[in-house]
Amino acid sequence: MKPKNLESTFVNMVLVLVSIAFLSSASLAYVYKLTKDKIEMSKKSKQLVAIKEVILPDYGNSPSEEMYKIKVEEGGELECYPAKQNGELKSVAVKTYTKNAFGGEMWLMVGMLPDGTINKISVIDQKETPGLGTKVTEEKFTSQFMGKNPNLFKLKVKKDGGDVDAITAATISSRAVCDAIERAYKAFVSSK
Amino acid sequence: MWKELIKGIIKENPSLVLLLGMCPTLGVTTSALNGMGMGMATMFVLALSNVAISLIKNLIPDKVRIPCYIVVIASFVTIVDLSMNAYTPALHAQLGLFIPLIVVNCIILARAEAFASKNNVIMSLMDGIGMGLGFTLSLTLLGGIREILGSGSFFGYKFVSENASTILLFVMPPGAFMALGYLVAVVNKLKKAKA
Repeated sequence: MKPKNLESTFVNMVLVLVSIAFLSSASLAYVYKLTKDKIEMSKKSKQLVAIKEVILPDYGNSPSEEMYKIKVEEGGELECYPAKQNGELKSVAVKTYTKNAFGGEMWLMVGMLPDGTINKISVIDQKETPGLGTKVTEEKFTSQFMGKNPNLFKLKVKKDGGDVDAITAATISSRAVCDAIERAYKAFVSSK
Repeated sequence: MWKELIKGIIKENPSLVLLLGMCPTLGVTTSALNGMGMGMATMFVLALSNVAISLIKNLIPDKVRIPCYIVVIASFVTIVDLSMNAYTPALHAQLGLFIPLIVVNCIILARAEAFASKNNVIMSLMDGIGMGLGFTLSLTLLGGIREILGSGSFFGYKFVSENASTILLFVMPPGAFMALGYLVAVVNKLKKAKA
C-alpha cells in the first residue's frame, strides 16, 4: 500500500505550500541571476546587428551609445541611433513600429540619410502569417525602399494610390511596413 | 523499468494517442525544428517535475496537492524559459508564448497526478523521459510533415526552388488540424493491426 501522505490539516497545508513556494522562488532567483546578463547581451546584439544593417558603413562612433529619442506626432517616442563620421551626421537608424500589422505590432529598423532618404530597412520583430506576411522581411520587398525619399516616393501600396509594390496576398502586412516607415520618416524630419 | 520508458513513445503517446497537450502540438509545429524545440523543452520540464514531485509526494497533504504540483511545474518552466532565452534566443523567439504555456500543458499535470505521485523516483524519471520523448517525436513528425508540404524544406534545408508554390495551407492553423488528424488515423490503424 502506498505510504500515508501528510495529513491535510490547516497548519500542514500552509507550511507545505509556503515552503514549496519559498524553495522555488529561491531557485528561480538563482537561475535569473545566472541568465540575466546573457539575455541582455543577446537582445542588445540583435539590435546592434539591425542597426549596422541599415546605416551607411562609413561611421566612426558607436550609434547605440549616442541613442536619443525623437517625438512622434500622435504621441510617444522612437529611438534614434545616429551614425557619425568626425562629428558629422552620416546616417541614422530609427527603431519604429506599427500597430496595423496583420499580427498586431511590427517593429522595424529604418536607416535614413540626414535628408530623410531611406537607406535600408530591416524588420526586427513581427508576427505575420508564415509564408505570406513574413515575406515583408525578405530582400525582394525591402529593397524597393532603398534610396527613395518619402517626399517624392509615396509610402503607400499601389492599391491605395502610392508607389509601393505590395506582396500578393499580404496587402495588410505591406501597408503596415509603409506605416512604420512613414512614422520613422516624419518623426526624424520634424526632429531636425 | 524500461516498460515505463517505452510506453510513452507509441502505446501511450501523449499527443497522438492520449490527445493531451493539443495547444502546443497545433500551435508551434510550423517546422520540424520548432516542433523538436518545443518537445525537448516539454520533456525537460516533464522529467524534472516528475522527479521532484515523486520525491516530495509524501510530504504533500492531499487537499493542496494540485497547487503544489503547479508551483513545482511553473518553476521548472520558468527555468527553461530563462535558459532558452539566454542560450537559444532564435528558437525562443519562434516559440514565444508557448514556452510559458508549458505550465498548463495537461500532459505534465496528468503525469504528476497519475504517475509521479504514486511511484518512486526512478520510475517517475523514466515515465517523464518516455512521455517527453513521445511528445518530442510526434511534434517533430508533425512539424516535419507541415514544413515539407508547406514550405518545401526540412529542418530549414530547402529542397524546392525559391519560387515554387508550396501548399501554404499546411503552415497555417487549418493545416495543423489536417496533418494531426491524418497522423492520429495512421497511429490508430497501426495499433489496431497489432491488437
